[in-house]
Amino acid sequence: MSIPADLKYTKSHEWVRLEADGSVAVGITHHAQDLLGDMVFVENPTVGRKLAKGEECAVVESVKAASDVYAPIAGEVVATNEAVEASPEGINQDAYGAWMFKLKPDNAADLNGLLDAAAYQAHVESESH
Amino acid sequence: MAELKHTPLNQKHREANAKLVDFSGWEMPIHYGSQIEEHNIVRTDAGMFDVSHMLPVDIKGEGVRDFLKKLVANNVDKLQHTGKALYSCMLHEGGGVVDDLIIYFMNESWFRLVVNAGCADKDIAWMEVQRNKYAPDLEIKPLRELAMIAVQGPKAAEKLWQALPGSEPLTRPIKPFNAVLIGQMFVARTGYTGEDGFEIMLPATAAPFFWQALLDAGVKPCGLGARDTLRLEAGMNLYGQDMTETTTPLESGLAWTVDLKSERDFIGKDSLLRLPVSRQLVGLLLLDKGVLRAHQHVLTQEGEGEITSGSFSPTLNASIALARIPVGVDLGDEVEVEIRDKRLKARVVKYPFVRNGKALV
Repeated sequence: MSIPADLKYTKSHEWVRLEADGSVAVGITHHAQDLLGDMVFVENPTVGRKLAKGEECAVVESVKAASDVYAPIAGEVVATNEAVEASPEGINQDAYGAWMFKLKPDNAADLNGLLDAAAYQAHVESESH
Repeated sequence: MAELKHTPLNQKHREANAKLVDFSGWEMPIHYGSQIEEHNIVRTDAGMFDVSHMLPVDIKGEGVRDFLKKLVANNVDKLQHTGKALYSCMLHEGGGVVDDLIIYFMNESWFRLVVNAGCADKDIAWMEVQRNKYAPDLEIKPLRELAMIAVQGPKAAEKLWQALPGSEPLTRPIKPFNAVLIGQMFVARTGYTGEDGFEIMLPATAAPFFWQALLDAGVKPCGLGARDTLRLEAGMNLYGQDMTETTTPLESGLAWTVDLKSERDFIGKDSLLRLPVSRQLVGLLLLDKGVLRAHQHVLTQEGEGEITSGSFSPTLNASIALARIPVGVDLGDEVEVEIRDKRLKARVVKYPFVRNGKALV
């Protein structure tokens, strides 16, 4: 599966999408869901929580294991995706469609510090060797 | 790291795009795409597992029965006809579990045991020490050249007969927990899923052909991931998690497998009679949202306990666990489980959670 060119990525396998309203949507990558297997539980941060970059803020659990999700940039949680909480398997079916939560960035320029698709691809390959 | 061991079916797993992992030093399939789909197939149709990493061991010679009466906690006198199987723990002197195993009675000078992959070397060494002490003339023969395939599910029998034309008259009469030897195939009506099915031992060279015949008959390959959720739903202990060398069978819900009534003196019996039983193994059903996992703390009105196996149950669409908690906590009681920074509510329930495709909680 190809890595969408219009998204940004982290080394801890989150994807980040800048929305029209200036918020950013966060999910986990196709590669991450493939490693974890069938998703059965999603725990999102509460709306209004302020996150530092790299802070543990959500958990995804597959049948196999629990895995932390980290804030890709600093910001305040402005929305959580209840559909994904109700049907975590949506992450397996469409990882880049299944956003988990949205952040209002403290500083929109922080997005520039994230990986682009090519850099993320290289990161995934380096981890699998 | 040492090279991982391969079963005779490793190539078949690769052909099927299995996700392979290190399991007790063996490269084994964890799933072939979706663990939950594989789980559900075994509950509703038929799936198969490569369990060739487990080790069959034949014990042969005069007086095998007497030796096993010393070696294991269950009473092999329950085995009186050829092919009959018995589940038992093998204990050390302190009452802790060296391993759990299945014992098949073949004849008075031949019993077959099947032990866990991760314990195989330790078990053989333990058995040899005991043999040298109590029955030096017996032969202990690990059968590493045998492959083992478990075909499980409500349609396992039907599909096995399709895969092996002509086998129905020989295998249909096999009752649960019994086995027959058909040529070089040892066919047992046993399993680790809570469903009907067979565990079949056969020569390693024949295993890939047999696996392919089962595939052609519509039996789906299933990985160790599904095997774990199936056995957990079926309330079956996993050695190394739910019971260990530091827990006795009486603290693991396995009193039914320990014969303390007869005069027979088996290894570990003194300790079982002497040690107070302060902990019990119970089932937990999570009432809040989340997933129970091994080693999470359980808080009860009688004190703390620990989850020994926990997962999401695909059949119940809820999280379940086996937990070792203080005695005095009863079925139906509510307890709390610490998951990350939260305390979630769970109910103490009877297990098995699922049997023959039906939810029991």
